[in-house]
Amino acid sequence: MNETPGKDDVEYWRWQEYHRVLSDRTWKNKDLITAGVDVGSVGSKAAIMIDGEIYAWGIMRTGSNSPESATKALNWALEGTGLQVNDLKYIVGTGYGRVNVPMANKAITEIACHAKGANYIWGSSVRTVLDVGGQDIKAIRIDDSGRVVSFLMNDKCAAGTGRGMEVFADLLKIPIEQIGDFSLKVEKEPEPVSCTCVAFAKTEAMGLLRKGWSKEKVLAAYTRAMAVRMANLINRVGLEKELVITGGQSKNVGIVTRIENVLGVKTLPSPKWRENGLDPMVAGAIGAALLGKALYEKAQKL
Amino acid sequence: MITAGIDMGTQSVKVVVLKDGHVVGRGKTFSGFDPSKAAEEACTEALKKAKLTPSEIDHVTATGSGMEMALSSDSTISMMGADARAGVFLFPAARTVIDVGAEEARAMKCDDHGIMVDFVVNERCAAGAGAFIEAMARALEMKLEELGPLALRAERASPINASCVIFGESDVVTLIHRQESKPEIARAIFDAMADRVSSMIFRLGLTPEVVLVGGVAKDVGFVASLKRKLGVEILIPEQPEFAGALGAALAAASRTK
Repeated sequence: MNETPGKDDVEYWRWQEYHRVLSDRTWKNKDLITAGVDVGSVGSKAAIMIDGEIYAWGIMRTGSNSPESATKALNWALEGTGLQVNDLKYIVGTGYGRVNVPMANKAITEIACHAKGANYIWGSSVRTVLDVGGQDIKAIRIDDSGRVVSFLMNDKCAAGTGRGMEVFADLLKIPIEQIGDFSLKVEKEPEPVSCTCVAFAKTEAMGLLRKGWSKEKVLAAYTRAMAVRMANLINRVGLEKELVITGGQSKNVGIVTRIENVLGVKTLPSPKWRENGLDPMVAGAIGAALLGKALYEKAQKL
Repeated sequence: MITAGIDMGTQSVKVVVLKDGHVVGRGKTFSGFDPSKAAEEACTEALKKAKLTPSEIDHVTATGSGMEMALSSDSTISMMGADARAGVFLFPAARTVIDVGAEEARAMKCDDHGIMVDFVVNERCAAGAGAFIEAMARALEMKLEELGPLALRAERASPINASCVIFGESDVVTLIHRQESKPEIARAIFDAMADRVSSMIFRLGLTPEVVLVGGVAKDVGFVASLKRKLGVEILIPEQPEFAGALGAALAAASRTK
């Protein structure tokens, strides 16, 4: 680590890359082992599942080369499991880089994968999934088996996306993983920033800082505006309980709390990924691995 | 009769002094932290060029996003109204006036008297305004003025999917890594922006003649891309960034009659 906090070259947008193997599970050769590789615009995620149960996963930053990012993420998920890529019966690629997952047997849209993954993580009561990714936001309605009923997405604008949050983390010099807690450190919620465009919101935020607003207050005003945007998308697709949030921003407590406030409903709580729980950022990869299992079984029956 | 128009833009303040239907002086300063002071400076500059003193001006009209900060003005006019007046004054056949500024783009439909009849505006998104080109020039580590002439040298279009400044920056970086030539990248940037501006104009309906004003009208790269998207000729006045101030000065003249 050559990064010293407080220095100007600290990369405030950088979030933790990690991988995990669930130690209470083991695999045998006859098991149906599948993998899902979700190459997002910001993060690449891979999940390994044994007979449809999660076994290991890895999360890392997507590089400039999608096939390479896919390979790296999958290898990282496999690390410490004793498994080789050859042991995987079926691999599904998803995410914006899904057509560039070289080892995949099939590519499936991330909408179907997030739906299936949310159903796996939170159970059959989930009806609405908000997936906040690096460069788009999707509101997805699903049925009790995790199938997509309808969806809406915003992919033309950075407002509210993980990328937009990274820009603000850099601007305010607050590490991205603390940004949620930080935004909640205000006594009274300020008015949201008037402009959601990240480029303009940046200018507006700098103006507010000059006016003497604290970083917390500026961040609260921005986060509020983003949460309103996401809540609008959910309302347009039609909110039905239970609501869950997947993708990187599911870890932003400032966003989650404000969406709940705006909509007037609670989301199902996220698993504690820092302890031993599942990670809602991996929902797409999990869904992909599950859909891969179904595809493999179908092919065997033919 | 002598009137003045002050355009309090987000990036710069422009002043036009009008004497009996002729422009006799212009002034321009950066808005900076104190737009009121910037307006004063621009006025002083314009009056100096016109060889006039403040007391000789019959009426001052302000326009632009910061119009309430023009302390010396007698009245105000909307930015759309000012643009429409200026467009038809400069080109009597103009029926569509497009204004692309630093942080906003708008298009006005107007009648033969320069009265605005309809308009569309983009003020919520930087992708359709000068800010987009500025951000992309930064990503390319080039000067803003270099980008336009460079784009004209492009041999083909290499589209980027940028409809957002934030994503556009990473798209440009991707093109650099792919070792795409700089003229092609520059053209891609202007094409993306012209896409955004033209879709706004098509919502309004395109009635010839078409006039383009605002600071971005000086950018040959953007003009070429917009021409291709709209499929019509575009009229551009000299010093197009002064159109708003000119429109305000024209309004001031009609208000003193």
